[in-house]
Amino acid sequence: MKASSDYSPGTSRPAGEYPVGQASDFSERQARVFVINGIEIGVYRRGSRFYAYRNTCPHQGGPVCEGMVLGKVEPNVEGDRTITGERFSEDLLHIVCPWHGYEYDLTTGRCVTDSRMRLRTHDVVQRGEELYVRA
Amino acid sequence: MTDVRMGTDSRSKADVTEKDLGGPFNTRKHLANAALEAEKRRFADLLIVDMDAHHYEHDSWKEIFEYVEDPVMRQRLHAAAGRSGRTVLFPLPIGDQDVAGRLSRLPERLDEVVDGNQRHRDVEVVRRYMESMGIDYSILFPTPMLSLGMHPQAEVEVALARAYARWLAERVLSVEPSIKTMLYLPFNDPAASHRMVEEFSDVPGVIGFMVTSVHHRQVHHNDYMRLYAALEERDMPLGFHAVYTWHGDRSMEQLNRFLSVHALAFPFYNMVHLTNWVINGIPERFPGLKAIWIESGIAWLPFLMERLDHQYMMRSSEAPLLTRRPSEYIREMYYTTQPLERGNLNFLKLAFDMLNAETQLMYSSDYPHWDFDLPSAIYDLPFLDERAKRGILGENARRVFRLDEGGG
Ligand code: FES
Repeated sequence: MKASSDYSPGTSRPAGEYPVGQASDFSERQARVFVINGIEIGVYRRGSRFYAYRNTCPHQGGPVCEGMVLGKVEPNVEGDRTITGERFSEDLLHIVCPWHGYEYDLTTGRCVTDSRMRLRTHDVVQRGEELYVRA
Repeated sequence: MTDVRMGTDSRSKADVTEKDLGGPFNTRKHLANAALEAEKRRFADLLIVDMDAHHYEHDSWKEIFEYVEDPVMRQRLHAAAGRSGRTVLFPLPIGDQDVAGRLSRLPERLDEVVDGNQRHRDVEVVRRYMESMGIDYSILFPTPMLSLGMHPQAEVEVALARAYARWLAERVLSVEPSIKTMLYLPFNDPAASHRMVEEFSDVPGVIGFMVTSVHHRQVHHNDYMRLYAALEERDMPLGFHAVYTWHGDRSMEQLNRFLSVHALAFPFYNMVHLTNWVINGIPERFPGLKAIWIESGIAWLPFLMERLDHQYMMRSSEAPLLTRRPSEYIREMYYTTQPLERGNLNFLKLAFDMLNAETQLMYSSDYPHWDFDLPSAIYDLPFLDERAKRGILGENARRVFRLDEGGG
């Protein structure tokens, strides 16, 4: 995400920026998918930050932004190295592709099992309450 | 799609719409990206045969049970199914294939709205995914019935196999010529299997027969020779469709994750049967019988070829029917692609070479199951030339099943 503070009302927006709504219209853990010039882009909110990814999974092209957002599954490894259960991470959120389950870090777009694979990223620009996706 | 409110300039409104992610599950929507891929790659210009497509026959149990011939068995199955349509006489296998709900099509598929014509719901759903992926023919297989080989009552397996065959022929195959099947055989009863080949080989849409790989029968047992002779005589291929079991097999019971069971079981059971098949000289005794090994991927084959050859060189007296090394027989049988292991393209290319993939390998999707492959899994492989791609995607299946000659 890139937040811009030098915008003042009345200035025309740079070409290639598309309005997608107000920041408060986005909830956590659920993407909204926009079609911008024929390209599908999912926009995510994480706290006060926003992320946008192409809705095409690098695996086989699935609609990755239409999948669940879940915390990374982490094992409870105790001091004696036994495992006593599992939990969902509060910090690391994953976007899960609904076709085959590949998981991607919500804040970087990187595939969590193969960092060479990455979701195509788009910048999100926030001006006041308004969000714009660069495409 | 809805226009995003926003902005005062007209460009914004026209260029941004929001995709509607609500509404009931729909196969076409779910596979919209596959349809785009198919268009980009011009799959319409290629013959694509999906050698392993699925439906969920247990959604239609009540209809299928109507086709059970034995009235006592029929009443028993109906009664056990109760109102839900599920049956306690035939439990579903353990294992959450939807990765704990992460794969939406599996938990949501029953919400799909299908109406507007007289075709069976399954026909409509299968056509939707075929069209989305650019597939011309689908060889359709059941889903939970693949676990029927472990049923302790052979008579239940026989009754369901026969009822399913008759139901499928009437409700699916007869109304949609692009859907074919290799019919499920009740392998625990060799005589009943043989009878099914005699009865159903000429049914339109039946292009072969299938044995589920999870069972405790030896495929080389003398009891099956009549069956193989009947198949060979009719030029009907025999498929071994891999599956898994998590219980009832002590090795699999040691595994604690579905990932592990799925990774090992699918190739494992086909390894067992293929080993018996080759070492006991079935290809020598039935040179005209085409065997197809389905849904084990292909990474297991280089291992098995090397392993069997290595042992055979030292113990050929235990395989006296063989006139060549095991790997040479293996290269002459047929395999389906899915789930295609693509982690190391050098290895994959080697496996393709060892298998003679250009003529012996056939594309399969396994859709809608959790680890399906699109045709692009083959089409995009960098080491295949045009001819090999065409062979694997459809021409090999056309030849094996004589699809042009009115096969099926
Ligand atoms: S296409 Fe996304 S996981 Fe396969």
